[in-house]
This record gives sequence, C-alpha cells and structure tokens, in this order.
Amino acid sequence: MTAALSIQNLQKIYDNGFQALKGISFEVQPGDFFALLGPNGAGKSTTIGIICSLVRKTGGSVSIFGVDIDKNFPKAKQLLGVVPQEFNFSQFEKVFDIVATQGGFYGMPRALAEERTEKYLKQLGLWDKRNVQARMLSGGMKRRLMIARALIHEPRLLILDEPTAGVDIELRRSMWTFLQEINAQGTTIILTTHYLEEAESLCRNIAIIDKGDIVENTSIKSLLKTLSRETFILDTAESLQGAPDFGSFNGRLVDEHSLEVTVEKGQSLNELFTGLGAQGISVVSMRNRANRLEELFVSLLADEKQEEAR
Amino acid sequence: MNSSAIWTSFSTILRREVRRFTRIWPQTLVPPVITMSLYFVIFGALIGSRIGDMGGFSYMEFVVPGLIMMSVITNSYSNVVSSFYSAKFQRSVEELLVSPTPNWVIMAGYVLGGVSRGLIVGLVVTLIALFFTHLSVQHVGITIAIVFLTSVLFSLAGFINAIFANSFDDISIIPTFVLTPLTYLGGVFYSIQLLSPFWQGLSKLNPILYMVNAFRYGVLGVSDINVVWAFVGVLVFIALLSAWGLHLMSNGKRLRH
Repeated sequence: MTAALSIQNLQKIYDNGFQALKGISFEVQPGDFFALLGPNGAGKSTTIGIICSLVRKTGGSVSIFGVDIDKNFPKAKQLLGVVPQEFNFSQFEKVFDIVATQGGFYGMPRALAEERTEKYLKQLGLWDKRNVQARMLSGGMKRRLMIARALIHEPRLLILDEPTAGVDIELRRSMWTFLQEINAQGTTIILTTHYLEEAESLCRNIAIIDKGDIVENTSIKSLLKTLSRETFILDTAESLQGAPDFGSFNGRLVDEHSLEVTVEKGQSLNELFTGLGAQGISVVSMRNRANRLEELFVSLLADEKQEEAR
Repeated sequence: MNSSAIWTSFSTILRREVRRFTRIWPQTLVPPVITMSLYFVIFGALIGSRIGDMGGFSYMEFVVPGLIMMSVITNSYSNVVSSFYSAKFQRSVEELLVSPTPNWVIMAGYVLGGVSRGLIVGLVVTLIALFFTHLSVQHVGITIAIVFLTSVLFSLAGFINAIFANSFDDISIIPTFVLTPLTYLGGVFYSIQLLSPFWQGLSKLNPILYMVNAFRYGVLGVSDINVVWAFVGVLVFIALLSAWGLHLMSNGKRLRH
C-alpha cells in the first residue's frame, strides 16, 4: 500500500549552520492517526515546513500518497492540508472570506468554495462568526478557523502542528471529537502536540523526534508496553503523620492524605495494598501521577541524554 | 493546476487585493485624491496662472498628465509593497505558498492588484482635473498603454521591495528616497527644455521622465523625449523585474527558510 506520507533520509541545515534534521525517515500509512512528538526545537516544525514547502530541505525525499514533492509539488499540495502552530491569516479579513479565499487558491470555483466554507464553519462552530474580522476571535476560535481553512480542499492528509495549544479543556475535547470523525471518514492525520494525553487518546502510531533524529517510531500500544515503571498517587482515608513502610516499593509522603508510589514492571499492586492495609492505611482512590505516555516520553529523552553523555 | 484552476486562483488573489484596498479606502483612495487636488489648486490654478505657457500649453494643462502619472506610480507601488509585506508580516502569505498556486500567478495577482489601485486613483485624479482644465486625449492607444505598463512596472518594483523588506521601515525607504525624488525630477512639473544641456542629459537617465513624457504625449501630443524609447524601456524593465521577482519567489530565502 502506498504510504500517505513517506519521509526518507530528510535533512535540513539552516543558513546559520544549525542542523535541524539529521536524516530522519518514517512512514505514515493511509487512514492513520499519527503523533509526531518531541521537545521544543526537536525538528517537528521543520519537518512539517518541508512537507508543505515553507522550508527548503537540504537532502532526502518526501512523498505524499506516492507523489514526490520534488517531482510534482502542486499535485502533492492538493493532497495535503496543514494547520500551523502560529496564526497565519490576515487579522483584518472576515472569517468567511479567509476560508473561501483559500478554496480559490486551490483552484476551487467560488460557489463550491462557499459551500464548503459553510459546511466546515458550521462543523467547527464558527458559522455565527462568519462576518467577524479574524482579530476579534478568541484563541480557540482562531485555531478552529485554521482547521476549517486547511480542510477547504478536502485533503487526504491533514497535518496539525499543536492544534490545541492554549485551548481550554472543553474546547480541546470537542476538537478531538471532530478530528476523530474526519479520521474515521478516511482522512489521514498527523498531529504534533505537547499534551501527551492527547496523543495517547487520539493516535495509533507515533514517532518521537529529538535533536533532529527519530528516537522511536512504533505503535502507541507497543510503546506503552515498554513502560517499565508507573508512578501513582494514592489518596488515603486516614490522616498520616509520616511516611509508612512501602516494603519493596519506592514511595514518599506527599501530604497527610496522599502518597506517591513507583511501581516497577513485575511488581504487584496487591502487595502494596496489603502492606499498607497491615499498617492500618486504607486507600480510597488512586491515579497516575503523569500521563503514561508522558512518563515514557520523559524516560526516552533521558535515555538519549545518558547515551550522549557516554 | 489546469488553466481553469490557475484562472480561479489568479482571480481570487486579485479579488482579495481589490477588497483590501477598497476596505481601507480612507487610507488608500482618499489621500492621493486630496493631495492631487491641492497640487491642482496651488501649482495649477494659483501659481500656474503666473507661470505662463509651458511646451505650448497653459501650465495647468501641462502639469495635469504628470500629476496623473505621479499618482498612478506611487499608488501602484505602495499598494503592492504594503499588501505583500503585510502578508509576510502576518504570515498570511503562507496561505498562498502552501497552495498549488504557481509563483508566477501569485506575483501576477499582486501586481494586477496594484495596477487596479493605480488606475482607479489615476482615473479619479483625471476626473478631478476636469474641474480645473480641459483635457482632450490626442493618442488614446498610447495613453492607455503607457499608463498600464507603467503601473505594471511599479507594482512589480513594489513586489520585489516587499520580498526584501524585513520591517515596515524597509517599505518606506525606496518610496521616500528613490521614487519621490525621481518622480519630482521626472518632468512632472516642468519641461526639461528649461534645463541646461548638462541637466537635460542627466534627466534623461531618469526612467520616470520617459514614462511621464510618453503619457503627456498621449494626452497633449508633446514630449521631451522619443516615445518609442519610453515603451522599450518600460518593457525591458518589466521583463527584468518579472524574472527577478520569480527568482526571489522560487529560490530566495526571504519567503521560504
């Protein structure tokens, strides 16, 4: 099957000599919901910039549904929609005009562009704001406006660079639902995000990029299986004066009603609860201290640093 | 993109450009009209009546074609330079760069947007001039051709200025320090026959002199220079600036990193 996105040995050295990408390779299959993760400055936005032609690559190749961007970029662009990290529309134009005009840039007749504009503005809850200048929108509305604009030509591959940054949780969840719907309808989605909960909830496959290199590229399920430890916060019914005996577990007292315990792979939670119960401590609730993917992400990057130090 | 899609994309850019300068008409259309009206009143009616004839015409008749051309030049240039630089500044130019619209269509759309504003302002200034003097165009074809080509040329120059600009200061340097002096010294207000041979020779190095005189020839039938050279010069400059603009768009580092 032809990959929705195929990146081979992609390199980028900026004019100041900074090597942003050191020859990365990965593929995204059609219909996938794919996460591209990495810390700030890892090379995510450079990769997206190259895919959509805003950044010129130094070496390597990029194909979108089999169309090499070096051979037929206009055709590749027709297959691609991009929601960038920064707002990049005229603040003084009206919402409707911004979206419909983008359709024109893709060669869509005005009537069709207006029809699609209405469809996506309604789906993204912006129809009431269609005659408002973009600068009057809230941050969340501006993000949704960029999603509507990216969808106007109904691309087969949609790339979103931190689409929910600065968006409140209610709106974030409604955007997730919307993205899941269009993914279910067949649109391949690549997402970069700092909210790892978002990646874990939405995405099936993942690539982690750090300092211009891919450090992990697998399914989220198999990645989570490699998680060697999880840290839990336990809420206790009793008021605790000091840290209890955690037995073979690593733990600490957070406050008089909560404990933090690290559970290594192979250790049983039953053993922990039994030990605490024997000391007269009953646990009323428990939760992960951090999102599981977040924990894994941090440990992966830490491993990278250790290897570099050697 | 097929030709129909290219036409759609071009007309979309042009429509957006026209929408932009008509939306902010108090900034784009009114100031040149007021400025030119003042020129007509002061240089044409008040001072001009004491100057007497120039090139065989009353001073008002002589100065009107130059002032029309001056407004076309400055408005064509400033429309494109401010619009395209604003698009760069707000990053809305990325809407076009990520689309399949070819670079030459993007440039043509912006340039025709500048031409639209230049010609609209030129037309309004012409209508105002009719309150002050009588105008009968001697060579309609030459008049229309030279004003259109001049507008294209300065729109292209504005486009290139915008590509190079890194700040709003950068888009006012060329108009202030290059365009305005060349226009004022380009035979708008006087015939170079009044100058000594040395200054006449120097004036003939000013490309705007040729455009202003070609337009004056179209309207009044008189010119300080051979009109053919005006058309040759304008067409050569259009070809050079078009090639430069396209090169900057495809290979330049100012739009794509």
